[in-house]
Amino acid sequence: MSAVEARGIGKVFASRSGDVSALEGIDLTVAAGEFVSLIGPSGCGKSTLLRLIADLDVPTSGELTVFGKTPQQAREAQDYGIAFQQAGLLPWRTVTANVELPLELHGIGKAERATRAAELLSLVGLDEFAGHFPHQLSGGMQQRVAIARSLAERPSLLLMDEPFGALDEMTRERMQTELVRICAESGAAVVFVTHSIPEAVFLSQRVVVMSPRPGRISAVIPVNLGDERGEGLREDASFFAAVTAVREALHGTPVTARGVDLR
Amino acid sequence: MTAASVRRWAAPVVVGVVALAIWQAFVVGAGIKPYLLPSPTAIVEQLLLVVPLVWSAALATGMNVLVGLVVGAVVAIGAAIVAARSRMADTLLSPTAAALSVMPIVALAPALNTMFGTTSTTPRRVVVSVVVFAPVFVNTLRGLRQVQPVHRDLLKAYAATPRQITRTVTIPGALPYLFTGLRIASSTAVIAAIVAEYFGGLQNGLGSRITSAASNSAYARAWAFVLGAILLGLVFYLATLALERAVARRQGG
Amino acid sequence: MTDLATTLAPERTAPVPVRPRERSAVGRRILVGVLAILLLAALWELIKVVVPDAGGHLGEASVLPRTDDLAMPHVWTIVDRVLEPETSATGSPTVLSAMLSACWFTLRVALAGWLVGSVGGLVLAAFMQRWQLAESALVPWVVLSQTVPLIALAPLVVGWGGRIHLGELEWQRWMSVALIASYLAFFPVTIGALRGFQSPPAAQVELFRAQAASWTRTMRSLRLPASVPYLLPALRLGAATAVVGAIVAEVSTGTKGGIGRLIIGYAQSASGDPAKPWAAIIAAALLGLVAAMLVSLLGLGLGRYRYAEVT
Repeated sequence: MSAVEARGIGKVFASRSGDVSALEGIDLTVAAGEFVSLIGPSGCGKSTLLRLIADLDVPTSGELTVFGKTPQQAREAQDYGIAFQQAGLLPWRTVTANVELPLELHGIGKAERATRAAELLSLVGLDEFAGHFPHQLSGGMQQRVAIARSLAERPSLLLMDEPFGALDEMTRERMQTELVRICAESGAAVVFVTHSIPEAVFLSQRVVVMSPRPGRISAVIPVNLGDERGEGLREDASFFAAVTAVREALHGTPVTARGVDLR
Repeated sequence: MTAASVRRWAAPVVVGVVALAIWQAFVVGAGIKPYLLPSPTAIVEQLLLVVPLVWSAALATGMNVLVGLVVGAVVAIGAAIVAARSRMADTLLSPTAAALSVMPIVALAPALNTMFGTTSTTPRRVVVSVVVFAPVFVNTLRGLRQVQPVHRDLLKAYAATPRQITRTVTIPGALPYLFTGLRIASSTAVIAAIVAEYFGGLQNGLGSRITSAASNSAYARAWAFVLGAILLGLVFYLATLALERAVARRQGG
Repeated sequence: MTDLATTLAPERTAPVPVRPRERSAVGRRILVGVLAILLLAALWELIKVVVPDAGGHLGEASVLPRTDDLAMPHVWTIVDRVLEPETSATGSPTVLSAMLSACWFTLRVALAGWLVGSVGGLVLAAFMQRWQLAESALVPWVVLSQTVPLIALAPLVVGWGGRIHLGELEWQRWMSVALIASYLAFFPVTIGALRGFQSPPAAQVELFRAQAASWTRTMRSLRLPASVPYLLPALRLGAATAVVGAIVAEVSTGTKGGIGRLIIGYAQSASGDPAKPWAAIIAAALLGLVAAMLVSLLGLGLGRYRYAEVT
């Protein structure tokens, strides 16, 4: 069964100056265990699409299922984990207590929570910071806590809305490598919203390119860089080729080669 | 200590000492009569003479402040919770709180004396509670409303029940605001408790002592009680400030 | 280690956006006000019915008010009383006119005090903004003065009436009252103005610096406009505290003609004329509202600087 199945999804927001169509005719299938990135300029509706899958908003038209259920059922059954651009940690809870939050909300016992939180913190490499408060951590560390939290209930789907958007480039690349490793270990499907082309290419098996007004899918680009994606891949010709393909799809025209003066 | 922190500590102290010295020199040098301004040494002399009296008066007034502060805060928190839940309650309560905050509440004191009896401490405590209401209400309501969108989304994604949302996000998020309101209210509460005593009733607090000393032309003694009032205000301010900081620290503020 | 200056420094809260006020909102506010007053009156009468006349005691302390007609007259009795003459003497003005003239008296004194206090506060804030050392030295004292009951000094200023001569000027009692009012208005305005002057972000300040703008120019074109959202609430708070200060000062200096005197005078006649003290209280409440509203009018012409308000 596919993780996400969208057929003809549309979303219209009512505003004072009339209705605004954020999404129109979205068809998308995300297979179980597949990593799919949504990329596009601001206002293309990529975050909206993610929020629809998470049942944080409701589509105006079309059919959307998550593991064969309605998004609401999937949310209530906790089939997905979610991470936002802001880490969104509760400032009055320690790192451990933040990771435990979803487990606590769903009535998991104390001992089990503690074991799972310890596991997750070592997965994201933050064992030493278990007792710290969020404000004592750097932005990248906070985001790692948020990712650990999103994995707390072993979801088979991860929804990530520009989780690395506020990080500096070095931290970002390190986080991407870690995410690839974590996903390989958990085997979860991922829907990943980003506006960075190299990020989308590095992480995904497929890159979904979207265009704005109204938000539509303009291209779907398969990226077959294999399962072993280390730092070396960033220097690889296949990586650059995929980046170029996505960039061309985003701009809608082939990117002119260097050295050619068109003026 | 760095130079900057020395300056931050030393500068206010120097200003205080210099101001006191000028005050003393001015009063003694220019032969200012005590009814205009007694000298700091005369005030301290009087204070040492009447310490037990200042202490008991400060205790009486302080008790009024404490009871009024607690009662007023509890009512205000309850009202803020209601206003956060019901739009109608909010449209009634918020403007009322805004109006209360600009009204001279202390004017109620004589009428309250009639209602509760002139030998009762209740009128002063009621005045303090009413004064406390507005700042605590406004701040608590702001706190209850400021749930961050990312936290709201997160809890929705976790399919949390309304009760769980209240417990894990709303209340902890509102606490710092509540304590800020309490800190702001504490100074006005002390002022209200003292001033309410100027309007008649029991004669056991700092305010009554100040008026009676002043009407007996014992100006230095009156100033000694004023000093007691200042210390009482400071105690409440620092206590609520410490509470506010303790809560804020937990939040990483 | 936290030091005294930061411990006592005014908190820096982010501005709260002001919603644009629509015309219908004004009508709504009046409606809500009327509704609130009606509810209050209903609550009053309800308490009179429910609570026993003798009030309620919990041990020694009285926790419920006496509700007989002497302590809590009916709402309509109070309204009637307001419209009747003040005393039985022939030609006595109505209580209403006495209330209004007392309000007018206290309002003038309070506004005089507010004006002096606000100007003083603005000047001191500009001074502290200009010299960091002055800020370090004075801010703790300003914050402390705001938190301690300096109003307790009011009875001590009484002695000044008629005893100070500044050249031609003889110190009047109302000046003592205005002095205390100005004193109370001074502190909120100082703190509000200082926070406002310091509110422009570094990027804006550095822009002015990069253009080699003088301090005066930066103050006029950047800090002063940026301080409006902080200043307006502070001025309003200053007006409210000035009114409280004026009333308390009138009571403790025994100044005649104002609300303070009216409150005390009417309270003394409470046993024979129970509705009268409430008339004085209503007048005091109205005075506070009017003073705050007058100051709010200042904000009308400053629309574009009021994108937000910080209280």
